Amino acid sequence: MSIIEAKNLSFTYGLKTPFEKKAVDNISLSVNEGEVIGLIGHTGSGKSTFVQMLNGLIKPTSGQVLLEGADIWSKPKEIRKIRFKVGMVFQYPEHQLFDETVYKDISFGPRNKGLSESEIDDTVKKAAKFVGLSDELLKQSPFDLSGGEKRRAAIAGVIAMDPDVLVLDEPTAGLDPKGRDLLLSQIMQYHRERKNTIFFVSHSMEDIARVADRVMVMSKGRLEMFDTPKKVFACADKLESIGLRVPEITKIMLTLKDKGYDVSDSILTVEQAFTEVVSLLKKEGKL
Amino acid sequence: MIRDVALGQFIPGKGIVHRTDPRVKIILLIAFITLIFCAFNFVSLAVVTAGIITTLALSEVSFKLYFKSLKVIIFIVIITSVLNMFYGTGDPIWQFGILKLTMSGIYRAVFVSIRIVLLILISSCLTFTTSPTDLTDAIERLMKPLKVFHIKVHEIAMMMTIALRFVPTLLEETDKIMSAQKARGADMDSGGLIKKVKAMTPVLIPLFVSAFRRAYDLAMAMECRCYQGGDGRTRMKTLHIKKLDVFCIIFAALILAGVVLCDIFITPII
Ligand SMILES: Nc1ncnc2c1ncn2[C@@H]1O[C@H](COP(=O)(O)OP(=O)(O)OP(=O)(O)O)[C@@H](O)[C@H]1O
Ligand SMILES: [Mg+2]
Repeated sequence: MSIIEAKNLSFTYGLKTPFEKKAVDNISLSVNEGEVIGLIGHTGSGKSTFVQMLNGLIKPTSGQVLLEGADIWSKPKEIRKIRFKVGMVFQYPEHQLFDETVYKDISFGPRNKGLSESEIDDTVKKAAKFVGLSDELLKQSPFDLSGGEKRRAAIAGVIAMDPDVLVLDEPTAGLDPKGRDLLLSQIMQYHRERKNTIFFVSHSMEDIARVADRVMVMSKGRLEMFDTPKKVFACADKLESIGLRVPEITKIMLTLKDKGYDVSDSILTVEQAFTEVVSLLKKEGKL
Repeated sequence: MIRDVALGQFIPGKGIVHRTDPRVKIILLIAFITLIFCAFNFVSLAVVTAGIITTLALSEVSFKLYFKSLKVIIFIVIITSVLNMFYGTGDPIWQFGILKLTMSGIYRAVFVSIRIVLLILISSCLTFTTSPTDLTDAIERLMKPLKVFHIKVHEIAMMMTIALRFVPTLLEETDKIMSAQKARGADMDSGGLIKKVKAMTPVLIPLFVSAFRRAYDLAMAMECRCYQGGDGRTRMKTLHIKKLDVFCIIFAALILAGVVLCDIFITPII
């Protein structure tokens, strides 16, 4: 069943001023419940703008966003309710931390939602566990945490609202490789348990290839492709023409194929590549 | 959105007014403002208005933007002109209790509102066509003589530059933080005054934190580039008076002459 749908969605910044800028241009798509959607595009291609329309932070210049079949802007006064259904983690979310302790900060969302104290306690603890924040850290001031811990605290603040759709705008930007991998697997663990729908904006093709069920490719505000990672990353030329690339490992396998080896062109992860190469070597009797 | 405020925003361009030396523009602005208040009859007011409209037309900034900057002050105009209307002397045309509407009051009201509008238009023209850095640069040059009185002109100008530089950045930051807190269900639009002020805490604290972080980073960056105040500092862009600037000065002088002549030969009405 489709949980969220975009219909001819467009957005222009600074409408009717000299700074007019069309950031999102006529995007239509439909996303099923429980899917993980990867969103890639060159900087300035309108990714952040697009995802901010999904929870009504910005109102489309034209077109509609349908959540469970209903237009989210049908009752503009109740747009706040949408924000509890579609959770949104911004680029550099650690800049939003404000409360005295990490615990209180994470409880900001659930409290706005109107949960009871015991429910709040429950959901805060759960959210902190998902992102790997210890009880010790919960008592500290958010401003005393390290960069990576701040990021986790901020993400926990959104997860604690228990949204059906979770939008993550470059959640791993600026973290070290190990921290990225860990955070990503924690998010995916959360996804498997909660079975929610995820939009995941990233500049890392490797991460997208690893987690996405389908990939949106945006360029200059338009939706260029929307398909499975295999099909998207098979179009290496097209991606390169809009300033993107395929995962390194896919590139290596494509080069091997060009050189005449009989390997698949839709390899996305190192593990897949390993199995593929091993089976090729076995077939040729070299292993 | 917060950023859609038209008053005092630089619009990049290559028109005549954009290219004029910022020092000349500031002096001419002061001249125009003086003229606006030296016009005592409709003819001289018309001369000033014509001069200002010509300047606006030459500025190559759309009139829509000028109207937008007027919107902000429309209330001030209405209130002051209504007050002035009942403030005149002479025979009342219409009377209600102590409120006396006189011909001189009406003239006064018309004058005051035209003056305020002209004032805003010509000042907007300066900020629309001059980048904040050019503006502070010019102010620094013009204030240089004050050094005699041990006023730290360079430091003041640097503070102004930095403050102006960070206005858009902080607005953008406010926008972002507000969005992030709204995404966490913060309610910033409903409720009474106290509730609204309270709702601003989640925005103000991160904003302060980021302002301090930026200030710290900037101080560090300036120190790394050996910034040590104005002494011995040379400039990359030096300002020179060009032919265009001379024309502008002549244009302003003509209007000045027009206003003075009109003021002398036509009886003042206020
Ligand atoms: N608040 C704003 N006001 C005016 N223009 C904006 C604003 N935010 C973004 N834009 C413009 O809209 C376009 C799309 O921006 P957006 O932030 O959606 O890109 P993005 O794909 O998220 O980029 P990145 O990968 O760098 O985060 C850009 O050209 C940008 O300059
Ligand atoms: Mg972005």
